[in-house]
Amino acid sequence: MAEKGIGARVPRKEDLRFITGRGRYTDDINQPGQAYAVFVRSPHAHARIKRIDKAPALALPGVLAVLDGQDVAADGLGNLICGWLVKSKDGSPMKMGKHPLLAQEKVRYVGDRVAVVVAETLAQAKDAAEALVVEYEELPAVVDLAGAHEGPLVHDEIPNNLCYDWELGDKAAVDAAFARAHHVTRTELVNNRLVPNAMEPRAAIGHYDPGQDAFTLYLTSQNPHVHRLVISAFVGIAPEHKLRVVAPDVGGGFGSKIFIYGEECVVLWASKKIGGRPVKWTAERSESFLTDAHGRDHVSRAELALDKDGNFLALRVNTKANLGGYMSTFSSCIPTYLYATLLAGQYKTPAIYCDVQAYYTNTAPVDAYRGAGRPEASFLLETLIDQAAMEMRMDPAEIRRKNFIPKTAFPYQTPVALVYDTGDYEACLDEALRLVDYAGFPARRAQSEKNGKLRGIGISCYIEACGIAPSAVVGSLGAGVGLWESAKVRFTHTGKVQVLTGTHTHGQGHETTFSQLVAEKLGVPYEDVEVIHGDTEKTPVGMGTYGSRSLAVGGEALVRACDKIIAKGKKIAAHLLEASEADIEFRDGKFTVAGTDKSKTIGEIVFAAYVPHNYPAGLEPGMEESAFFDPPNFTFPSGTYVCEVEVDPQTGEVDVVKFVAVDDFGNVINPMIVEGQVHGGLVQGIGQALLEGVRYDAGGQLLTGSYMDYCMPRADDVPSFEVHTVRGTACTSNSMGVKGCGEAGAIGAPAAVINAITNAIGVRVEMPATPERVWRAIQSRPMAKAAE
Amino acid sequence: MYAFNYHRPASLAEAARLLASNPEAKLLAGGQTYIPTLKQRLARPSDVIDIGGLAELKGITEEAGGVTIGAAVRHAEVAGSALVRRLIPALASLAEGIGDPQVRNRGTLGGSIANNDPAADYPAAVVGLGATVRTSKGRAIAGDAFFTGMFETALEPDEIVTAVHFPKPEKAAYAKFPNPASRYAIVGVFLAKTASGIRVAVTGAAPCVFRATALEQALAASWSAASIDSVTIDPSNLNSDIHAQADYRAHLVKVMAKRALAAAG
Repeated sequence: MAEKGIGARVPRKEDLRFITGRGRYTDDINQPGQAYAVFVRSPHAHARIKRIDKAPALALPGVLAVLDGQDVAADGLGNLICGWLVKSKDGSPMKMGKHPLLAQEKVRYVGDRVAVVVAETLAQAKDAAEALVVEYEELPAVVDLAGAHEGPLVHDEIPNNLCYDWELGDKAAVDAAFARAHHVTRTELVNNRLVPNAMEPRAAIGHYDPGQDAFTLYLTSQNPHVHRLVISAFVGIAPEHKLRVVAPDVGGGFGSKIFIYGEECVVLWASKKIGGRPVKWTAERSESFLTDAHGRDHVSRAELALDKDGNFLALRVNTKANLGGYMSTFSSCIPTYLYATLLAGQYKTPAIYCDVQAYYTNTAPVDAYRGAGRPEASFLLETLIDQAAMEMRMDPAEIRRKNFIPKTAFPYQTPVALVYDTGDYEACLDEALRLVDYAGFPARRAQSEKNGKLRGIGISCYIEACGIAPSAVVGSLGAGVGLWESAKVRFTHTGKVQVLTGTHTHGQGHETTFSQLVAEKLGVPYEDVEVIHGDTEKTPVGMGTYGSRSLAVGGEALVRACDKIIAKGKKIAAHLLEASEADIEFRDGKFTVAGTDKSKTIGEIVFAAYVPHNYPAGLEPGMEESAFFDPPNFTFPSGTYVCEVEVDPQTGEVDVVKFVAVDDFGNVINPMIVEGQVHGGLVQGIGQALLEGVRYDAGGQLLTGSYMDYCMPRADDVPSFEVHTVRGTACTSNSMGVKGCGEAGAIGAPAAVINAITNAIGVRVEMPATPERVWRAIQSRPMAKAAE
Repeated sequence: MYAFNYHRPASLAEAARLLASNPEAKLLAGGQTYIPTLKQRLARPSDVIDIGGLAELKGITEEAGGVTIGAAVRHAEVAGSALVRRLIPALASLAEGIGDPQVRNRGTLGGSIANNDPAADYPAAVVGLGATVRTSKGRAIAGDAFFTGMFETALEPDEIVTAVHFPKPEKAAYAKFPNPASRYAIVGVFLAKTASGIRVAVTGAAPCVFRATALEQALAASWSAASIDSVTIDPSNLNSDIHAQADYRAHLVKVMAKRALAAAG
């Protein structure tokens, strides 16, 4: 192993700039002549726009332009799109409501973009935005799933607000299994709506250069090439070769910065409208709460059929998913292909059927948020299994063990489309139970009881599908894009390495991990590797970062580019060492003639490639190689999380006192980064379980629109985690054997926490399990009633 | 925020003059409520008078066995004051639990009580300890009379809080059930045994801090948890919002009262 190669706990090279305040984020960029944009947003959840009077705004000092939906239409700009076509049971395509850059005729949620004001200063733009007159005719709003089917129409042309009614699985086989079941466990549950809350709010600077007739867009994006594609091909502001998209340092995304939003398109267009001055927009935190695509928001009914021994016979699930007022970029696939396909979990349940109805409502659009569909599946399955164990008086660990896919059964075809390549679920369960001291729990519970606290333990055995692939398969399921990844490795004369990746890092530590990978593969010093990303004018075309895909897909592209470097290096080495190419071995940065001490370092070979005075005839000079990688399958990380809580029965407060995470991520490049990813995911998962939850009032006003009312987890809300990640089963879909780790914590944690609370108080509480909800649940217990 | 004239007067007298001569002027001390209000354009003052640095409003001194705290003293100073910790530890620990470190290093006692947020902590101490609020007009307003309603006080429009005098109680404690998001009080109970009798002040639960007289009477009869248990808190005048319904708040008043009792000894 190279000193800072694969497996080393190398501190992150990007952290120096981040923790010393030297990161360069979109809002840090200021250009000569820059103007400022402020969006006028709908104060109503649902209304018809009767009239917009721009004159009072245009009359104010410093105002350069006021643009509205009519201007968008007049310039022939296209609508925002959802890039994944889902079909209903009857074969009909999903019904995509029009999503214009600025509202036309109607507004569909509080915060919907009505107009933009561009002015010399931000204060002038704000003044003018306030002066703009917009007359609305308010319409009744539909806010939640319960009212969606019969409610007022969000898009007049879409009956019942129903976008699609989709299904997966063998319904007949499931019905038959239920008919012969010994026991059926039934539940209804809510997966609470969340706000992503990236530390850096969304921002964009659009710049049209009349001299070049070309556009540049700086923005907060997880996938700048996807932004370029959609803005060119669908919105139609600029042809793709005349649009440069740069996503510089980005302060967190969690999915919310995958999507193509109206604001970034509008500032790009507005720059041209005002003659080519840069136009900057930075969201205020209030705008982030109102308009960043939210996550989750499912209401489900689930039934599990079991035989008398506790073997799972079949699973039947109905889910209603809230899409919000418009379809966001990938919103259709989250409650379908990233959700129902995961309902097998780690279990050999032979028959599974799920149908999903996705509804429009007068709320912010809903799309991928850390885990995206997989947390919803895992939460449903793992709480249902705990309920089944309780009803059948079985130990929650043992009912899982009994139903696990055995490690000898891989590759394993699930009844919901996926083929798991590898896994060893029992190993993770055993390790987690050992680390948490499962056997010692009754003693800890008794001790808590002496202190007046109710202690509970909860298990969650999650699985996820990462690195969405292969392109041909996702294409057949409706994806509008390919899901491969790219990398380029470029040596300089002096042997330094530039890595250009199509992925994007916004907190994940790619600069470190990819440098380690290259140091290991090519035997160059870690310090000599520079990772470049996020600029469509520099990097090869790439699909970006989401779905825990960067290493498993982008990393493999990088490995293959390194392999091409080595292959070319061998040709040069064979020439210089006067040996046959077949006899050249490459190891630790040296090309050696097998069985001899004759060798050349990679630095010498690279120099020869750029100064080819003595060089193989017919071989191109230079040392720069690209690779694209389209994986054969998803990767399937899995693990067992065990949570212990103490509940204060007086107040209903839940204290997470212990949390053990044992993850199988396959092989690991940098364990420190992986553990950090798990920590972050766990905090967000615990946040969903205990603290976070979007609330709209009946009229569609956002009640949780700031940190005064929307509770983000803080350091003192979580315990010191015990995270174990290194002993995994190697993934077979890439040469490194890696699986992806970015979302696991957020996927596995909610069920562990909720199961622990249920174990403590005997009743399942909906998320977020706030003190008041837990207290009320305790009051509702039969025992509490009897005591009264 | 909207444009305004910013003043940093050199003396309390100058501050009072500025305030009296500009009907649309507002005072700024720590700015923990007012700066966010300005940034969201929810207020449009003509003038902002920054009194946070006035020496006359600073200082924590021992007076008549109790403590007198200047209006511009920051929460962190109260929390860390050896004098306050010695004479009224309950007050120091209340200050230590306000908001977060950033808020405690900026926010002031005078700003908190003059704003009278229904969920703020300090009003519970002012009422619970029977404190006296001193003003630029030479008035000494009893704590019980100072807080008149939600975000309303007995202050006149051109009157500035200069200091608060807290008498030393025999025993006292504050117990708070914080809103997990804002860390304001969903319910906070300040309970004290004072020369003038038992005082129980409740913040967070209702539109304005109030004295829980039923609890005071029960505790006067017997200083015990059983006394608290025997009282029924009427939820009908308590707040209901997305964070807590009134009946839960009523329940928490008793739980927090018992915790304060246990802490007070």
